[in-house]
Amino acid sequence: MTLKTLLLGAVATSALAPAAFAERGEDGHVNIIYWQAPSIMTPYLSGGTKDIEAASLVLEPLGRYTETGALVPYLATEIPTVENGGVSEDLTSITWTLKDGLVWSDGSPVTSADVKFTGEYCMHPEGGCAQLAKFTGVESIETPDDLTVVVNFDKPMPNPYGPFMGGQSPILQKAQFEQCLGANASSCTDANFYPVGTGPFVVDEFKPNDVISLSANPNYRDPAKPAFATATLKGGGDAESAARAVLQTGEFDYAWNLQLAPDVLASMSEGGTGTPVSAFGTLVERIEMNLTDPSPDLPEGERSTVAHPHPILSDFNVRKALSMAIDRGLLTEIGYGQAGRPTCNLVPAPALYASPNEECLTQDLEGAKALLEEAGWTDTDGDGVREKDGMELSLLYQTSTNAVRQDFQALIKDWWSQIGVETELRNVDSSVFFGGDPGSPDTFQKFYADVEMYANNFDGTDPQSYLSMYRCGNEPKPSSQWQGENINRFCDPEYDALLDELAKTGELEKRGEIAKKLNEMLTKDTMTIVPLVDRGRVSAHSNTLGGVVLNTWDSELWNAADWYRIDG
Amino acid sequence: MTEPVPSSPAPIEALKDKGPQAPPRSKWRDVWEQFRKHKGAMLGAFFLIFITLGVLFGPYIWTLDPQALDIRSKDMRPMYTAIWDSSAKTGWNHPLGSDQLGRDNLAQLIAGGRASMAVGWAAMLLSLIIGTGVGVMAGFFKKLDGPLMRLTDLFLSLPILPLLLVAVTLFRQPLRANFGPEGGMFILIVTVVGITSWMPTARIVRGDILAIKEREFVLAARSIGTRPFQIIKRHLLPNVLSPIMVSATLGLATAIITESALSFLGVGFPSDFPTWGKMLADAVARMEDFPERVMLPGIAISLTVLGVNYLGDGLRDALDPRIRGR
Repeated sequence: MTLKTLLLGAVATSALAPAAFAERGEDGHVNIIYWQAPSIMTPYLSGGTKDIEAASLVLEPLGRYTETGALVPYLATEIPTVENGGVSEDLTSITWTLKDGLVWSDGSPVTSADVKFTGEYCMHPEGGCAQLAKFTGVESIETPDDLTVVVNFDKPMPNPYGPFMGGQSPILQKAQFEQCLGANASSCTDANFYPVGTGPFVVDEFKPNDVISLSANPNYRDPAKPAFATATLKGGGDAESAARAVLQTGEFDYAWNLQLAPDVLASMSEGGTGTPVSAFGTLVERIEMNLTDPSPDLPEGERSTVAHPHPILSDFNVRKALSMAIDRGLLTEIGYGQAGRPTCNLVPAPALYASPNEECLTQDLEGAKALLEEAGWTDTDGDGVREKDGMELSLLYQTSTNAVRQDFQALIKDWWSQIGVETELRNVDSSVFFGGDPGSPDTFQKFYADVEMYANNFDGTDPQSYLSMYRCGNEPKPSSQWQGENINRFCDPEYDALLDELAKTGELEKRGEIAKKLNEMLTKDTMTIVPLVDRGRVSAHSNTLGGVVLNTWDSELWNAADWYRIDG
Repeated sequence: MTEPVPSSPAPIEALKDKGPQAPPRSKWRDVWEQFRKHKGAMLGAFFLIFITLGVLFGPYIWTLDPQALDIRSKDMRPMYTAIWDSSAKTGWNHPLGSDQLGRDNLAQLIAGGRASMAVGWAAMLLSLIIGTGVGVMAGFFKKLDGPLMRLTDLFLSLPILPLLLVAVTLFRQPLRANFGPEGGMFILIVTVVGITSWMPTARIVRGDILAIKEREFVLAARSIGTRPFQIIKRHLLPNVLSPIMVSATLGLATAIITESALSFLGVGFPSDFPTWGKMLADAVARMEDFPERVMLPGIAISLTVLGVNYLGDGLRDALDPRIRGR
């Protein structure tokens, strides 16, 4: 008996001892609400921010961007640069060194083979990888030893931080995803919902488009983190109820992307349980013009594909007139207040890349009318809608369901009707709209509408991969399972040539010039994209949640490992 | 030998026919008299007629376009707020105030009422017709009972919102092409709400028909050779009118609410097409600062549903010959 007691006592002490020093899990539970519900746990199969951010709790890249846009190593020992020899002098290769002793949440070691595999996974020709733009120019990935990864580019890459950097291209475990290459990618449900990662949390239960239960990763590299033993990421609802849940009722600790009218947010934050936080980044609310024909009369598989140019919007004058009719200052005032700035640019920041293009900031209804008149769009039958060659100037305008966006829709419809353009409004539930489901006709990628409005931004500080989304052939199409980022189906060989030039240029001044030119080609010169508002990101956290650093350059959950509970 | 029978025997005094005391009355007049005694029903009917006329002819009297934006006079309060808050922004150009984009609340209320009432009535009538038809057939014809009731069970197991979402995805395009965005959506919503809400009516009607068809008066009708259709029309339907009325009133409310749920999910009418449900959903965010934007459509929905309920109650009493005249 004595022996048994002694043994039990010894076991108990040894079990208690580490708990006295380590803090992992001591703060209990954290509730996060994303009003767009994540539908998959890997950023490679979804372009949606919600999926990228949810995945960032589990999957980690080699390095991330901080809230100031600086680079910090995550799985790597340091950020490779030309100075420290990590980037070759001719800018054609980058060498990453993994931290020693890293393990996946299942206990197996993280090796350079996993990194190499991640590259192969995304660059697989049949995969339809949503983050392919990140891997532009990658020629080969070599693994000289277990901890070293060398990424070789086929040409000099002044910004070699595309692959494996930022929330959009984290490292996948080779053992888990080996069978999921190419066309199998989307059928690997288990791997896609329960990825093995190196991040602070592991997925316990994944309910697509609903809720994700997570618990602390027992093998996380910092034994003291994360402070929370479990986490719930609830998806769905709308921005308003999410804001209420944090700011007024205190049911949730963190709410993401609260796109609410400024007066609404102000009156909610008087609730006293939470605080809204905001930061400006590169998020631009814009109207995208569909350059292909979305007509339902076309057979399925040909709608909104490059096979059929848009009958109305292919006319530059129409696109220009539509942009001229918009009063961006008023939109900003009504929709965002202090958290927005009117803009004409797709790339509004950093200053080096921001074009001084400001001509769209003044509304010009008369000019827009004259332009349409000149282009042959006249109202011949007196119904207030212009026609040309028997075609009514009538557009279907879609966006996600959100009170601010619906207000924008109403205002813009009003201006467009003043210049003789008829608009039909449609709003789609945001989980569906940004869901990327190839089976749904209502996703923003399918673009079964004439114009659509949403916001997008880029990770990091370099717009190259963002601008290269608009390359010919990168459009969503049936053969790529409707994945792809060239939402407008924009295609201009000159633009592509300029992109190639940007990829070859290392000098920052020069890069800025080219990027501005590219930005103007998409906005001012062709009006393919009509930027409206440069939006600050507004999120909210409860007053008892500490450690939140709002980051507009990477995933908002980038430092979830550092979050903790403030007593009180 | 036998005493001759008197050709016209004197009638017994007590059995003597005194002739009609009052002129003959039509059945519908009786119904009306009974109906008038029900105060709630009268109020309900009055309100329903008022609101129906209001939404029908309102746009001719209050001619402001409900979709017209007027940013300069946004966020105006209704006139009555001036009573206790003289600094409130009010004005006779928007007697019930305006929303955050300066759209007139009164005009929106009228236009929204048109849409909501149309959806409500059409869907309710559709479900009433299907429900009563199925219920009567199942109750009266034994052979049809099994199949029809299993069909009812099948429909009962269909969840309405997912079904609507699928239907919207499948049929929106063709309907939109043929009837326009608003017309197409109207047909879709009415149809789906109609065909998914008839089951309770059918079950109740079948139960009542099963009981009534065994009663003596039906047997009597049958024995003199009345055809089944005539029996249903003459003897069964008037007797099951009360449960039908009750389902009808509930159906109207459900239809209005389902429409607003759809608008809220963004699959209903286009976002600038006002309906009561959408006005309500849009206003929730600013409920604390502008309670009238929630109250006005909310009260309109409640009063309409309440009005229909009372009307149904009164009609049931008035149409039931056993209650009438008491």
